[in-house]
Amino acid sequence: MSGAADGTGTSGPAGPAGPPARRALQRQALVIGLATGAYGISFGVLSVTAGLSVAQTCVLSLVMFTGASQFALVGVIGAGGVLGAAAGNALLLGARNVAYGFVAAPVLAKGRGRRLVLSQLVIDETVAMARAQPDPASARYAFSATGLAIYVLWNAGTLAGAVIGGEVDPAQFGLDAMFPAAFLALLVPQLRQAGARRAAVVGAAIALVLIPLTPVGVPVLAASLGVLAAGVGRTATAAANGPVERGGDLDP
Amino acid sequence: MSWTALLLISAGCYLMKALGPLVLADRTLPPTAARLVGLVAVPVLAALVVIQTVSSGDRLVLDARLPALGVAAVLIWRRAPFLAVVLGAAATAALLRLVR
Repeated sequence: MSGAADGTGTSGPAGPAGPPARRALQRQALVIGLATGAYGISFGVLSVTAGLSVAQTCVLSLVMFTGASQFALVGVIGAGGVLGAAAGNALLLGARNVAYGFVAAPVLAKGRGRRLVLSQLVIDETVAMARAQPDPASARYAFSATGLAIYVLWNAGTLAGAVIGGEVDPAQFGLDAMFPAAFLALLVPQLRQAGARRAAVVGAAIALVLIPLTPVGVPVLAASLGVLAAGVGRTATAAANGPVERGGDLDP
Repeated sequence: MSWTALLLISAGCYLMKALGPLVLADRTLPPTAARLVGLVAVPVLAALVVIQTVSSGDRLVLDARLPALGVAAVLIWRRAPFLAVVLGAAATAALLRLVR
């Protein structure tokens, strides 16, 4: 990824640094998309087994397009929960996308129409990929490439899973273990600063304590307060606000 | 589940994503705010790792996902490709469940 910092081609509105860097980003985006697509299969399976129709399952992935919220929604419905609880969980889990939206905003293309479309792609993976890039042009490209790959493959996976229906047990193939692994792989490159590591430990601890105490969805929201731990004993420095240098950690 | 509810909840999730991009338009946040907001993903991702590993609904559950995450951590530490990390975790969980 070091080639991404050499500044070639950064003048164009959509031009990240150099074709090699762009190809590397495309490769990463595809890999993340494939992992997400595999998980989309398990979402499709879980959704139809929870009682949603194939059409409803696919519309959820197309329109809601934020995995954790979708899983929470069908999880509560499948467990016989009331609609209010299901909606609350989905919206609570989606609340982190507000923060992601503010993070991603400077990288998104200008213009209201484009932003309305690109906003749909504001999710964990796209924002993490954008933040891992050394310059704004690469970040913009990484965001769009990752978002496109995930959008296509998540929906394809959802359709496949919904059609397969109850014939596959996601746990049997370890699909449920893919998500924490993917989140960890996205997290590690962001832990280079001590402040970030503190925030991660506090966030994880908050989640662990709250899992049995609060409704599903609350631990994630509460864990976001862990960010305050990053500021302890530190005055603002430019380094903290800068890009993470080692985005190449995800490089295939 | 009704279509109306499904679409309303979906719309709510979309609006949350669109808030930042539309409110901020072409401006940027003040540096301190940007730093905090930028770091929000870190504790949230850490929380998601924990939740996706040891919880099932609102219960703490220890199962094959934990050793699978251990394998993933080793693979990340050894600089393995992203796909290898994810598939390594899935294979570990699948194998452990197979032998149990």
